[in-house]
Amino acid sequence: MRPAAQHHPHVRALAVDGVSVTLGGRRILDEVAFTVQRGQFTGLIGSNGAGKTTLLRVILGLQRPHAGRVLLAGRPRARRNRSIGYVPQKVGLDPDLPMRARDLVELGIDGHRLGIARPSPARRELVAEMLAAVDAERFADSRVGRLSGGEQQRILIAHALVARPQLLLLDEPLANLDLRSGQEIVSLLDRIATEHEIAVLLSVHEMNPLLSVMDRVVYLAGGRAVSGTTDQVIRSDVLSGLYGHRVEVLHVAGRILVVAGGPAATNGSPDGLPGAAPLPDAR
Amino acid sequence: MGWLIEPGFFASAQVHTALVIGAAAALVSAVVGVFTVIRGQSFGGHALTDASATGGSGSLLAGVNPLLGFVVGAVTAAGAMEAIGVRHARGRDLATGIVLGASIGLASLFLYLDTTATATTGATQQILFGSIFAPAPGTVPIVAGFGAASLAIILALYRPLLLTSISGDLAAARGVPVRLVGLAYMLALALAVALSSLAIGAILSTALLIGPPATALHATRRAGRALIGAAGLGIACTWIGVLLAYDSAHWFSDGNGLPVSFFIVAVIFLAYLISDLTTHRATRRSTAAGRTGALVGDRDPRAAR
Ligand SMILES: Nc1ncnc2c1ncn2[C@@H]1O[C@H](COP(=O)(O)OP(=O)(O)OP(=O)(O)O)[C@@H](O)[C@H]1O
Ligand SMILES: [Mg+2]
Repeated sequence: MRPAAQHHPHVRALAVDGVSVTLGGRRILDEVAFTVQRGQFTGLIGSNGAGKTTLLRVILGLQRPHAGRVLLAGRPRARRNRSIGYVPQKVGLDPDLPMRARDLVELGIDGHRLGIARPSPARRELVAEMLAAVDAERFADSRVGRLSGGEQQRILIAHALVARPQLLLLDEPLANLDLRSGQEIVSLLDRIATEHEIAVLLSVHEMNPLLSVMDRVVYLAGGRAVSGTTDQVIRSDVLSGLYGHRVEVLHVAGRILVVAGGPAATNGSPDGLPGAAPLPDAR
Repeated sequence: MGWLIEPGFFASAQVHTALVIGAAAALVSAVVGVFTVIRGQSFGGHALTDASATGGSGSLLAGVNPLLGFVVGAVTAAGAMEAIGVRHARGRDLATGIVLGASIGLASLFLYLDTTATATTGATQQILFGSIFAPAPGTVPIVAGFGAASLAIILALYRPLLLTSISGDLAAARGVPVRLVGLAYMLALALAVALSSLAIGAILSTALLIGPPATALHATRRAGRALIGAAGLGIACTWIGVLLAYDSAHWFSDGNGLPVSFFIVAVIFLAYLISDLTTHRATRRSTAAGRTGALVGDRDPRAAR
């Protein structure tokens, strides 16, 4: 199914090893451990406040973990590592920013460098190639701050990809998108993961849009994580163990719903359960 | 031509000095100012102008070149703002307000002492409204040095500055030391403010810092072009202001002209007004024609179809 990944069956792009983070006296991440392979699409699933952004910031080196370590391609991450592409949760581009969409993509090549970039045909071609890859040629010359949320998302993905990272982190890229744009972004990322043989780690609080493309799942709750394939992780017994109370995983019309269940939570409250919806007949 | 440029304009040594210092101040202010506008730090820039007034008025008391006073005042204030202001916008706003208030208070004290000590109003004039025609001896080399330093900072940090101005997270993820870049930018800003305090006076230097960049940013959607446009516009406005001030001495029978900073600021304001009006007219016209978002010099390729 994934020819690219089969060529390199055991290339670990990322290993998170026993990472713990305490913020404001509260343990946000508790010995989180998982690995991500090249060419694979991994979903980082957790409800609001579960610690998804914090975990991504640890991987990026923007947040120092209090315990544990992060390995990139088998080696400890360097202090200033540029082999990771990142699409933050909130960017908030100013509508009047004097920058075309293609300029923001170009900044992805070497925006950290000193001095002014010399324009060259090779650079222009690289940018054009990336714009094509995310299907953004139509609006490449518009002011980037005036694009729609979905259009900006594509530009930010191109910005993150143009430096050819081995690992692409996206923090809730689907949050502001309608269902169709969300599906387009997801299949785009799936294609990029396969074609460019990079590892994609994408955080969501609602896993259903990812079901068709996810190779693996990292499920965060209460600061702890379980990881594996969807079938291994999204199960009543596994998630009940993670949450510390009884939850039910329901398959309804091709969708997965995680709801609180059992005698411990008789009101069926979906509090803190990603993808949960109050289901009257699930009680 | 005689009515436009009064006799003796090109021969006057005072005019030469004014054109050189004015161009340097305008160039540096415009280049730094584009980032000030992008980063939404006009208020911070204004606080630095007040701090430079403090330094300038203090320098007269101490008997040193006012330009050095402007620089020390602005750089100290920039450091104080960074130290007080945490990374968040609210903290920065607060730090700016505190520095601004303290600066004006000190400046008024120093200016009071200046005027009582020298028994003239010349000191106040010089600090608040600039001394482009008659700078203290030895000013031009200092202008060149500080101007070059400020430009060098901005040009060296051009790409990281753009990236941090767009999003701190995006820049940090690429390994850009966001805090350090912000600090270097504040230093460049302080130098720019000091130069324009010399040219058009401490209280008016915000106009040179914000006006030409704001006008240029109306007209282009590319940062590089905004930089060049703002620089050209700033220099043009300053030179026209110098010319008008020189001419104005011939407008009145007593031979006393009007202040040069008034003319420079008036021309800057006029340029902004014109660009704003034409932009709005164009928007209205294009909307009436059934298109949206097409602005002068900012035609959206999608809208044009
Ligand atoms: N600097 C901080 N100090 C104290 N607590 C923090 C800090 N940063 C984050 N937290 C807390 O850590 C928890 C995890 O935050 P994080 O942003 O990682 O969650 P998330 O999974 O990304 O949530 P969301 O889906 O809402 O984006 C939250 O409860 C948050 O309040
Ligand atoms: Mg988050």
